[in-house]
Amino acid sequence: MSSFSRREFLAVGAAAGAGLVIGFYLPHGSSSNAAFAPNAFLKITSDDKIMIVVARSEMGQGVHTALPMILAEELEADWKQITIGQAGANPTLYGDQQTGSSASLRISWDPLRKAGAAAREMLISAAALEWGVPRSACAAENSSVVHAGSNRRLSYGQLAAKAAALPIPGAPPLKDAKDFKLVGKPLPRLDGPSKVDGKAIFGIDLRVKGMKYALLARCPVIGGTLSSFDDKESKKISGVGFVGRISDSAVAVVADSVWAAMEGRRVLNVRWDEGANKDLNSAAIFDVLKKSAANKAATLYSRGDVSKVAGKRIQAAYQTPLMAQAPMEPGNCTAHFRGSSCEIWGPMQWPPDVRDAVAKAVGLDPDQVKINVTLLGGGFGRRLDHDYAVEAAMVSKTAGVPVKVIWTREDDMRFSSYRPASYHVLSGVLDGNGWPVAFSHRIVEPSINTQKGFPGPSPEVDADLPDEASLIYSLPNALVEYVMTVSPITPGYMRSVYGLETAFASESFIDELAAAAGKDPLEYRLHLLAKDEDIKFFDTPWKTARMRGVLQMAAEKAGWGKPLPTGHHQGIACFGCFGTYMAEVVEISMENDKARVHRVVGAIDCGQVVNPNILEQQIQGAVNFALTNALRAQITIEKGRVVQGNFDDYSPIRMNEAPAVEAYFVPSAEAPTGAGEPPVPPLAPALCNAIYAATKRRIRTLPILG
Amino acid sequence: MADITLRVNGSEHKVNVPPETPLLWVLRDTLQMTGTKFGCGAGLCGACTVHVGGAAVRSCSTPVSQSVGKDITTIEGLSANGSHPLQQAWIAEQVPQCGYCQTGQIMAAAALLVKTPQPSDDQITQAMSGNICRCGTYDRIRKAIHRAAAGGGR
Repeated sequence: MSSFSRREFLAVGAAAGAGLVIGFYLPHGSSSNAAFAPNAFLKITSDDKIMIVVARSEMGQGVHTALPMILAEELEADWKQITIGQAGANPTLYGDQQTGSSASLRISWDPLRKAGAAAREMLISAAALEWGVPRSACAAENSSVVHAGSNRRLSYGQLAAKAAALPIPGAPPLKDAKDFKLVGKPLPRLDGPSKVDGKAIFGIDLRVKGMKYALLARCPVIGGTLSSFDDKESKKISGVGFVGRISDSAVAVVADSVWAAMEGRRVLNVRWDEGANKDLNSAAIFDVLKKSAANKAATLYSRGDVSKVAGKRIQAAYQTPLMAQAPMEPGNCTAHFRGSSCEIWGPMQWPPDVRDAVAKAVGLDPDQVKINVTLLGGGFGRRLDHDYAVEAAMVSKTAGVPVKVIWTREDDMRFSSYRPASYHVLSGVLDGNGWPVAFSHRIVEPSINTQKGFPGPSPEVDADLPDEASLIYSLPNALVEYVMTVSPITPGYMRSVYGLETAFASESFIDELAAAAGKDPLEYRLHLLAKDEDIKFFDTPWKTARMRGVLQMAAEKAGWGKPLPTGHHQGIACFGCFGTYMAEVVEISMENDKARVHRVVGAIDCGQVVNPNILEQQIQGAVNFALTNALRAQITIEKGRVVQGNFDDYSPIRMNEAPAVEAYFVPSAEAPTGAGEPPVPPLAPALCNAIYAATKRRIRTLPILG
Repeated sequence: MADITLRVNGSEHKVNVPPETPLLWVLRDTLQMTGTKFGCGAGLCGACTVHVGGAAVRSCSTPVSQSVGKDITTIEGLSANGSHPLQQAWIAEQVPQCGYCQTGQIMAAAALLVKTPQPSDDQITQAMSGNICRCGTYDRIRKAIHRAAAGGGR
């Protein structure tokens, strides 16, 4: 969800003089003789076990490895001794805990370093006291404190009890980057082994004692409600127990096995009141967007005055469809409502929101709801919504048993929240030399956050747009605007959120201008980035130099401008979102009038690289994710229903379509920013620009194979 | 309901389930072997891939009754302690991200290597394109299969 509320939290925390540090300085009661736990992220026990608690969700992006590396680095811990704990919902200790906005590293970097450093300093003090030597004569290394003068050594476990009694330093010294031993190294993921032998427990795998399984029947028309149902046939299925209404729009079938619940739902007779959307279709959705383009717009970014510029004017409109995140693990959540409490186990990206939503749904206080976060079989933004958990809690309360709600793939495709459809109007004015003297981009799209009740920087602007709609070029006159529409289709967050469509439009259009000017697309962009300056978009001062850096690196590694194999063509694009700079070069050939993507070269500048192995994974993964989006991902609506149902008509790319992806990192000592989403936006425009290079055909509507 | 005896990972298991129940749900719910995953329920994504009689099958679309009398191997039985060359290669190449599809990917790859110990790129593509990975780990899957085929799993 929105980074805005995250920023609000940080602002509030900072104002109170605490910030995320709230989580780090627990009362001493949390440490005992046996354990040293100076903050909510670390526990060292006398048996030399070091547990690092991760307060973000592991959905494939590697936080169970990368975040502990940061703390362990400052702690001077032996990496082999580290075990991972997964935090439940505890915003008092851990802040808003949302795993989204590519923010886990960005937000955790400082606090985790300080947490590790404070513990290290306390352990050094404990050893110095033990030995009666000055602190300055002691050093921490490899989970021990050593006194070089006497060649004495005590392990962190041996020092735990003594350290626990010491005061916690407020501003511990942090290591210099040149002394990093873990950060920057391609360490293997800690979750790797359990993910190749079947032992990893995802939400769908988790069992609790006495648990039943439930599937829900929901109205096929979006927004429709339950009229009536007859459970006679369902109850004939062996294993089906409870069948009942759990909300205005759903009936649950609860059974001893998933299969019995599936069969019970299949034969359930339900009548729906299809409601206001029963005649809705995709054409009408795009009509609303196009008509809304003439409405009053909110200004996201303005420079100079685009209305007062004369020259050769070029205009174009772009559009993108509804898309589904479709993580491999279908929706599921396990709940046990116990009257005065409720416990939840499941794959989720935002545990405190789940806690609050469940509490409200079943009539408890948030403190009475306990959240357990499992591994996530992919997230991609889908699991920022709390619908699975609320359903599970409602079914458990209604049926009176612990229950796991499971969504089928068709449920996931048809009852999800979707990347909204979008429409873009762009206009550019070229001077006599073909350089743009004006550039305007009007984004027309529903507000995901507003429709979910989360406020933006102003009532007219969605809370995510400040992170995902930047225009990072030195243009004398530029304007980025937003027209908020309202969608009857539940809008949802999907990897890179607004970034995908914003970059598709703006980076394709820059290519159009370059083509109109008869200039090389790389040279054109570099010209617009030639001057070192900060381009401030909301709170982020984007640096032209860093964008130039990724463009040049991607172009050089891809051999831009050099001879290519016969029939091959390249396209390039760049974009900045969530504080990270990204450029991609896509190399294609045309086969039967369709683009075949051979190679994608990505260059990223996300500050200090914490783990290059995981960073490369994120770039490879995001490129493939974005390639599905560009080529084929499309949810369509007919008669108020989602047409697509499974991986046959919503078909992610498979190995036979996957390109070779090369990932390069700009060396940087800046604090790290995220990488889960920034590699998504440049792919579609770079691909479409390559298709233009090959065919002189400009693609302004996604999906390409639509 | 029917009493059915299944041979899974070398051991016999008696289960009492409707004979049309997909093998996937018998493995996951009845036998509590949850390494085999539910992805699509329609044989489209490969997350549920197991070996039945040595062949890679989609357990979500295979009635349990069709697996009677055949050797069924799941990810839990592919090796003791994750020691299969493909499992080792998967770690060496750092394939998994979310990991949800990877057990199915490994089972598909294991069936490939039995038939084709030294697969070409095209043969790998052919054998593995029935398995979807939304995390986009395809590059590394290919490398891991080559590594295992070359005996470099360890």
